[in-house]
Amino acid sequence: MCTVCGCTISVVAEHSKHPGNAPRKSLDDHDHSHFHPDGKHHHEHNHPPHTHNDDQHDRTAGLIDFGNGPAGVHVVGMSQERTIRIERDILSRNDAFAATNRTRLLNAGVFALNLVSSPGSGKTSLLVRAITDLKDKWPIAVIEGDQQTSRDAERIRATGAPAVQINTGKGCHLDAHMVGHALDHLSLRSVSLLFVENVGNLVCPAAFDLGEAHKVVVLSVTEGEDKPLKYPDIFAAADLMLLNKADLLPHLDFDVSACLAAARRVNPRLRCLTVSARTGEGLAAFYSWIEERAYAVADPVS
Amino acid sequence: MHEISLVESVVALIEDERRKQGFSRVRAIRLKVGTLGHAEPEALRFCFDAVTSGTIADGARLEIETVPGAGWCSACQRTVPLEERFSACLLCGSSHVRVTAGTELRLAEMEVE
Repeated sequence: MCTVCGCTISVVAEHSKHPGNAPRKSLDDHDHSHFHPDGKHHHEHNHPPHTHNDDQHDRTAGLIDFGNGPAGVHVVGMSQERTIRIERDILSRNDAFAATNRTRLLNAGVFALNLVSSPGSGKTSLLVRAITDLKDKWPIAVIEGDQQTSRDAERIRATGAPAVQINTGKGCHLDAHMVGHALDHLSLRSVSLLFVENVGNLVCPAAFDLGEAHKVVVLSVTEGEDKPLKYPDIFAAADLMLLNKADLLPHLDFDVSACLAAARRVNPRLRCLTVSARTGEGLAAFYSWIEERAYAVADPVS
Repeated sequence: MHEISLVESVVALIEDERRKQGFSRVRAIRLKVGTLGHAEPEALRFCFDAVTSGTIADGARLEIETVPGAGWCSACQRTVPLEERFSACLLCGSSHVRVTAGTELRLAEMEVE
């Protein structure tokens, strides 16, 4: 898979800019080009095709050219081998796309949250509930990430909010370039709150900045209170934890205080709220948390 | 396994460098991977050959330098080793330790020809 855009196995639903399924010979033998309908931003990155032909050197009969440095032969001072110091962050390409997304969202007045969790924690149910409760006050859009299907986007669209589905194929997380493509499909100027629902995975999404204002980690009480200690990266990367499915607590042995202690041990700055998407318990506090931050960048419905 | 994406990012960085510096082959790649970071060295090694096959890095030797975790303990006023991101200070037991090393995930250098 091309990690930049997910060509060949990752698709943005109804997105046809990439020719798609041609076998890939190298990471850079295809073009990326997309236009952003808000008119503020355009980027195009062509990767020229290349060959790396070891036989391109002139091998004239009878000529012994030490300058061509046959592999494995070391002649002091004549070897073609050299060491290049690079010292670049492996995630720097993703982070550059994330910075572009962040600027774009800020300029359009959009407050974006990246929701991460294991599969089945109730992210989509939380979003459906939150959109229903907030949509009269804030224009909301959603980007849905899943390996397959548009089921989650359809659940979101049923609330009336626009949703773009990204299918990652074999990919285990969203990256910033995929999200950049998804932003093309939204009218950002008419959006104030953007929820990005990441692929259900408590490991990989931790490493990938998407350009969001905050990561919000959702943990459900059916999962076990030691999850923050077992998967610390994602809890360390988040600014808010929602402990969901609180309505099930009377039926479980789940120790809420132990769970919150584990989460704060991994990330002392983590805000934690106990909520239920089903009953609405605790959601007012979640909405307040959002609004306190959203007012700084986005405008509610006037 | 996001290590596949990470190795693909490494290949993309190498391609960037090839356009700038011009070389035909990569003999070795050195990564610095922190023990508190997001990548598992064994998983990087596991997928490296498959991901680099057919790319500029095809056949390159992968060397991974593991960077141990360390943090600044505000109680001890010194840098202490950290085995896990959320470990308490080994010296005083305080949990107020700010991570200062071990989250690296860098392409450090490579040997080319």
